[in-house]
Amino acid sequence: MPTAEIPAQTLDPTGVAAGVKRFRDDFAASAVRGFDWPLVGAAVGLIVFSLIVLHGATRDDIPGSPDYYLLRQGVFASVGLVLMGLLARFDYAHLREWRSQIYAFLIGSILLVLVVGSAARGSRRWIDVGFFQIQPSELGKVLIIAVLAAFIVERVRDRDAMRLTLGVLALAAAPAALIFLQPDLGTALVYGAITITLLFVAGVPWQHMAAIATVVALLGTLVLWAAPAAGVNVLKPYQVDRLTAFLHPNEDPSGQGYQQAQAQIAIGSGQRTGRTVDHATQTQLNFLPEHHTDFVFAVVGETYGFAGAALVLTLYALLLWRALRIMASARDQFGSLIAAGVVAILMFQVFVNVGMNIGIMPITGVTLPLLSYGGASLVVTFIALGLLQSVAVHSRGPRIAGNPLN
Amino acid sequence: MSGRRTSFYRLPDAGSQGLTSQASLRIALLGTIALALFAIVFFRLWFLQVLSGDRYLAEANSNRVRDIRVEAPRGEIRDRNGFTLVHNRGSWQVQVDRRRWGIYVGKKHNLVVSDGGFAPVLTRLSSVLGEPRGDIKRRIEDSLEEIPFANPTAAIDVSYKSVVAIRERQSDFPGVSVTQTFERDYPHGNIGAHLFGYVREVSGDQLKSGDFEGAKQSDRVGQDGLELTYDRYLRGRSGTQRIQVDVADRQRGQLPGVKPRTGDSLRLTLDLGVQEEGERALRLAAGGYSVHGGAFVAMDVRDGAIRGMGSFPTFDPDVYTGVLKRSTYRQLTSKSNGAPLTNRAIAALYPAGSTFKPITAVACLESGISTPGTVIVDGGKMKVGNQTFENAGEFAYGPVDLASALKVSSDVYFYTLGQRAGLKGGNIIQKWATRLGVGRQPGIDLPGAAEGLVPTPQWRNEQRRKLKGDPYRPEPWTLGHNVQLAIGQGDLQTNPLQMAVAYAAIANGGYVVRPHLGLRIDNATGQVIQDIDQPARRRVNINPRYRKSILDGLYAAANLPGGTSADVFAGFPRKVAGKTGTVERVGQRDQSWYVALAPYPNPRYVVAVTVEQGGFGAETAAPAARLILAKLLGVKGKQQFVRGKSRSF
Repeated sequence: MPTAEIPAQTLDPTGVAAGVKRFRDDFAASAVRGFDWPLVGAAVGLIVFSLIVLHGATRDDIPGSPDYYLLRQGVFASVGLVLMGLLARFDYAHLREWRSQIYAFLIGSILLVLVVGSAARGSRRWIDVGFFQIQPSELGKVLIIAVLAAFIVERVRDRDAMRLTLGVLALAAAPAALIFLQPDLGTALVYGAITITLLFVAGVPWQHMAAIATVVALLGTLVLWAAPAAGVNVLKPYQVDRLTAFLHPNEDPSGQGYQQAQAQIAIGSGQRTGRTVDHATQTQLNFLPEHHTDFVFAVVGETYGFAGAALVLTLYALLLWRALRIMASARDQFGSLIAAGVVAILMFQVFVNVGMNIGIMPITGVTLPLLSYGGASLVVTFIALGLLQSVAVHSRGPRIAGNPLN
Repeated sequence: MSGRRTSFYRLPDAGSQGLTSQASLRIALLGTIALALFAIVFFRLWFLQVLSGDRYLAEANSNRVRDIRVEAPRGEIRDRNGFTLVHNRGSWQVQVDRRRWGIYVGKKHNLVVSDGGFAPVLTRLSSVLGEPRGDIKRRIEDSLEEIPFANPTAAIDVSYKSVVAIRERQSDFPGVSVTQTFERDYPHGNIGAHLFGYVREVSGDQLKSGDFEGAKQSDRVGQDGLELTYDRYLRGRSGTQRIQVDVADRQRGQLPGVKPRTGDSLRLTLDLGVQEEGERALRLAAGGYSVHGGAFVAMDVRDGAIRGMGSFPTFDPDVYTGVLKRSTYRQLTSKSNGAPLTNRAIAALYPAGSTFKPITAVACLESGISTPGTVIVDGGKMKVGNQTFENAGEFAYGPVDLASALKVSSDVYFYTLGQRAGLKGGNIIQKWATRLGVGRQPGIDLPGAAEGLVPTPQWRNEQRRKLKGDPYRPEPWTLGHNVQLAIGQGDLQTNPLQMAVAYAAIANGGYVVRPHLGLRIDNATGQVIQDIDQPARRRVNINPRYRKSILDGLYAAANLPGGTSADVFAGFPRKVAGKTGTVERVGQRDQSWYVALAPYPNPRYVVAVTVEQGGFGAETAAPAARLILAKLLGVKGKQQFVRGKSRSF
């Protein structure tokens, strides 16, 4: 074709086309290139599935507005996706520089909740800012990752493993304790999971890991069994009930065990391919409590059966695989640790929530990332995924020898 | 790029190796842990959804499905012409969950409610129903005493307004349910009250006994009367309404259930007109005394089909609706009220008086003790051993044969037959009486029929053996007892039904019929399902000549001058053959009896009437029989209660 012979410059006297091209190349280089598309696919797949499930499960929950939860979740998801895209372009290295401010903000915001927060069901978790609520402990999950990762990267050269371990534990203990006092045991435990995962990935000695595991086990025994027996209630009695109900589901089927029993009935009754939305009686007739939040997985199990549940788990597996891969291919240890933190959030929440739904884990009020209804949880999960993308975009390249996950 | 030298990471530009082996190991471990967790979750899901899916599906269904019993309407009971005697009316009842509130009846017949939460519920119930709390409590108590294992009934015949009030605020009435039920309804009031019996929820023992085939718990079954005898036809089959409920037990939809099947209806041989007239006649005969009990049976002599059967005093069968109060029951059974619940036609027992004489006649004729032409001189009294037996009023009728002895009711004639039969031995009169149905179960399709007694020397010896040393020990059997039996006095125990059966056998040439009320079974739409076959029980040979002379004697008694009931039937347009009877009762007025066969000479109907304390046979029982016969035979015009003047027994 004749036009092929004409130099580009002649057709672009003003240089606009070149500018556009440069911008496009730039953008591709900085954001789109290195963007982990399978991760995005998994996340979008999960949020779409969440919208489908919420649509079916909550259509009768609020009379007159069958799409209440669906619309709100859609808005949150859109906000989350945009945040993820923006964060991908942001160089996560800045977080290291701002670590002190971040930590101060984290502690301050959680303290603020304790002072001015709105209470719901006996727990103070939110700050009401008029048209929506802010839940600092949710955002704090991401913030604590940055703070701990920065701290580890700083200290890891000191070769004083004990100081590193204790320092990390001390840093994490403060916000976790404050959240525990809200009380929000589930989120506090997420902080614990993040901390332990970061220590593990940072390479602290095995002895330290073993010591932490021992302390956690002892603490658990003390809090759940020894202290109540001695008359000291570290946890509120209902928290102990919830945590231990799954161990003896038949003891009190109308109490705390009831919810889990109903969730198992819901999941089991879904059988291979599910009962369809109209016939999912456990969900539609409200036998399944909290079916849009904590027990949304049971709705998936009942409505779409083993096939639906397996699809959801596969998407989470994809998510985790990509996250681990990004972690291994990170530019530096800071990036790797941030990815590790996100992995910790996802893994802990997915397994604790699904485990609670299928009756092998206690009820802790941990949401299922991307699937449970809830603005704070959803947006923060996307922020976490955005950071993950940032690590991916700023990584050393797609293929690195020695990456165990290639 | 600003890589840092650490023990963990190498500088990216330092070589192609990105990670230390330690870091790789830990990341790989993290991946392995994730993999293991996924595996656990998958196995668990497989177990829940694929291996145990059926069980959980069943649990999910039992969560949401509530089966509500839907009572089947019971079949109707109609008379032979299709007039409804018993039908149903829909009614709402309020029941209380016994287990939920821990309600039971204590040792002192007091209501015990273990759960204190029931008190406010009871208060609300009281205000919704507009009934005092005490009444509701008492009904719960009565209901529990009656059927201890079922949920007690707190209120019956509840207004629809109350039903709506309770259902709309079900959360205010935990453990309280409103159910639709059917109550028996009697469009003709007291008419036939003694025949129908009543229905009640089947008891645990009854369920175990298997007497009520196909009955399920909470089903109502017939407990007495026709309701009991024909229960398996009348009962129907309860259905289930299957509803879907949500977690708060609110109805959220309807699922296919099982429709209840209405019971079949029972067509009776009874004629409502005859029944009404019979009961009216008894009332007139009692002359305003509620304790002057009486009974009548009107029956087809050919097959035992009962056209009317009544007992006085009577009661409102509606008393059985809901819970029968103990006080009401006491009232209905107390002697001072005349025990209205008793069906005197079949369950009471009396001597039959002179109405027994035709039976004595049959016995003696068939045994060759006498012939229709045998003439006995009636001198007004006779001596048997050291006892003297007299005619009523010491009338002397002179020489009488069988027919005229029946006409005037000569006692001496039958004393003589009794004496001769006694002397001959072999319990001739007793045997024939029993053969004709006196002193034995009539085989009627009603529960509670009495057997009665025809006294024999053997029976008396048995009594004497039993009552050895007792001041009331009876004397040994003497010829005098046989003489008394010949005129239906003494220890004879029978009732109108047995007498009707015996007379029917004499009239129909020896067929001892099986008296019955059931005619056939119709389905709910009126189509005949089944005829109730009631063949005669047995045949006894009665010489037609003897039959004729007995009927002639009875005809003369009711028609010819000097006949014991001739004045009662004066002007009656149909030919009636009938026998009066008068039973002397210690400390009371005489008991009046009348048994009639009509039309003469080939009777189709037998009517047996007795009136306790009714005086002479012609005084009350015969006039009552006349009213009933008029109805049976279709006599037009208003009939009077015509008292006869005969003072004969």
